[in-house]
Amino acid sequence: MKYSVILGTMTAAGLAAGAAMAGTLDDVQARGKLNCGVSTGLTGFAEPDASGVWQGFDIGVCRAVAAAVLGDPMAVEFVPLTTKVRFTALNSGEIDMLARNTTWTFQRDVELKLEFVGVNYYDGQGFLVPKALGVSSATELDGASICIQTGTTTELNLADFFRVNNISYEPIPVETGNEAKQQYFAGACDVYTTDASALASARAAAADPNTHVVLPEIISKEPLGPLVRHGDNEWGDVVRWTLNALISAEELGVTSGNMAEMVKGTNNPEINRLLGTEGTLGEWLGLSADWAQHAIAAGGNYGELFENNIGVNTPLGISRGLNAQWTDGGLIYSPPFR
Amino acid sequence: MTHKTASFVRNELIPESPPPVSETGAVKWMRENLFSSPLNIIMTIASLWAVYTLFNSVAPWFLNGVWSGNSVRDCYEILDGATGACFAVLKERWPQLIYGFKYPPSEFWRPNFAAVLLCVAIAPVLFSTVSKKLFLFTVVYPFLAFWLIWGGTILGPIVAFAGCAVAVLASRRLESYGFALAALCGFVCALVCWIFGGYLVDIGKDFLVLPSVPSRDMGGFMLNLILGTVCVSLSIPLGIMLALGRQSDMPIIKWICVCFIEFIRGVPLITLLFVANVVLAYFFPPDTNIDLILRVIIMITLFSAAYIAEVIRGGLAALPSGQFEAANSLGLNYAQAMRLIILPQALKVSIPGIVNVAVGLFKDTTLVSIISMFDLVGMIRGPILSSTAWNGVYWELFAFAALLFFVVCYGISQYSQWLERQLETDHR
Repeated sequence: MKYSVILGTMTAAGLAAGAAMAGTLDDVQARGKLNCGVSTGLTGFAEPDASGVWQGFDIGVCRAVAAAVLGDPMAVEFVPLTTKVRFTALNSGEIDMLARNTTWTFQRDVELKLEFVGVNYYDGQGFLVPKALGVSSATELDGASICIQTGTTTELNLADFFRVNNISYEPIPVETGNEAKQQYFAGACDVYTTDASALASARAAAADPNTHVVLPEIISKEPLGPLVRHGDNEWGDVVRWTLNALISAEELGVTSGNMAEMVKGTNNPEINRLLGTEGTLGEWLGLSADWAQHAIAAGGNYGELFENNIGVNTPLGISRGLNAQWTDGGLIYSPPFR
Repeated sequence: MTHKTASFVRNELIPESPPPVSETGAVKWMRENLFSSPLNIIMTIASLWAVYTLFNSVAPWFLNGVWSGNSVRDCYEILDGATGACFAVLKERWPQLIYGFKYPPSEFWRPNFAAVLLCVAIAPVLFSTVSKKLFLFTVVYPFLAFWLIWGGTILGPIVAFAGCAVAVLASRRLESYGFALAALCGFVCALVCWIFGGYLVDIGKDFLVLPSVPSRDMGGFMLNLILGTVCVSLSIPLGIMLALGRQSDMPIIKWICVCFIEFIRGVPLITLLFVANVVLAYFFPPDTNIDLILRVIIMITLFSAAYIAEVIRGGLAALPSGQFEAANSLGLNYAQAMRLIILPQALKVSIPGIVNVAVGLFKDTTLVSIISMFDLVGMIRGPILSSTAWNGVYWELFAFAALLFFVVCYGISQYSQWLERQLETDHR
């Protein structure tokens, strides 16, 4: 395919210029594959296993969308992206959606012309300390040396937090998360601070995770969610409601296990509408009636995805916390399927 | 009066005795080199102590290394609190480290075979004792390797090769009419050949097909080797042309070359890679992508060509002007003079510099990990370090990467030293 690259490009450029105007949903269906931007590797969220198959919590979102649109959760082309190139890849059309631990901020939503379709994980900055330090609250960290990634919002949050509480600290700047882990375990700093999910992964990397503890204080808001380009609302709706379908499924008690039973018909009209046995929700999205069934069957509902990839029974051991359903005191909340 | 005679006269030679212990062998060497003065004694003891401590801390880690297990937890369990490396990660992720995580395992034989053939193809270039007939294979090799690694129909590489062959033949025929005309004709012939060949390829899509592997699926050390080999071999001819262009009397060519070289040398490689990855995407319509590896190859080649051009310019400057005059007085035209007289000498002088650039370039190929390509370092930094199973393994992987790169780079530098001895670059 690459032999006549130059000629091929010129012809293809002409053809593609005409074709590219169609909607993303049509493009994906025509292509038969969803191009999903993911992290180059983040424990529990996106990681290829030993046989090269992507696994993880963010991966689950991509697979659910592929299942809803194409009926096949494996019809995804994962495009691993570093933090530096992720938005460009989305805006240039290289990927159809980005599910890469991206914080929803004003600047990204408005200035970078991106469209966050929801939040699949409420993260926040926390502190990891060795148990031997004998601290139970971040306010007791006066004078501690803290490993912190440079050039991130976490650095600014940290400065604010210590200023507000009128205590001092000594920053140990590091470049990457992996370097930070290494420094922290080597004892170069007393405390490691970053997003709580990454702290859980750092803690899991310790020889004995029980000797380290994540302090209860969360000092910033980091809502992470999948996003698409501005300007293609139909496609945005597909991704948004696929995520909502996973969340509603958990709320309504629909799991990948009992779904076959529920499809036969239930007394709850919202479940019926969600699963497409009643109403025409799928048609309005431009998908088949059983789109949500496929999405839920891909990796389970929101709760199943959480427990299988990052939950308390995995090495990461993250508890639901803010990410519990609103009915359980969390923030995970889907608008109604009606 | 009796003649006083000596009471003892030795009448045979004393047998040779061995030199004193302190003046021979290891003891002498140590006295002279290690313990010759108080300062040296202190330095020696300090160095020995440093080596010992280093060894003492690294050896148990290395010797206790665990080679079996499916996750870092297994390693911790087997080690049971003792220090030790977790080399099991190398074993479990071996294919990923070498081929990246997406190259289909059933096709691993193809890059392997290509690597073996590379050794054959490169032999006549590196060693003058190897039969010159092998050069034919060297010429075919790039196209064969492309077919092996990327797959697809064999017609594609054949058409590409035919185009190049036609170009060379055409320009050979026209060489006597002048170099520029010959080059232009060759280019036009190749273009015609490729355009018509393109149709042929479209028709014969299923002729001798290997399952095709997209560029995005290349990774691991294989990607480093591909980038290194291709970029070095492309940038040397380009560098020679730039160096000659910079010396040219024709102002436009000269200034183009000067600007190009100075621009590239003034910009960091990582910037060029970002341009290749990110900025170019904005210039093309959506959904059109020039292959990412191709973009990266072009950028790295341009980058190293500029450096090689400067190295070769140094070689050209080292030649006495008599050589140029001698070539002219023999009636050789520019192309002949360069090919037969000037360049062989200039390149000989430039070998250490070129090798230096080549080694640097090979190591720089790891920079592609920053633009989301999964070369060896990208594999380690991304998928492997962050996998749940190997979360916390760190030194083992980077030590392994360092070892692989060391083997290749040390090999290159040893070869260049050997070559210099062969060619005797000092003008005796």
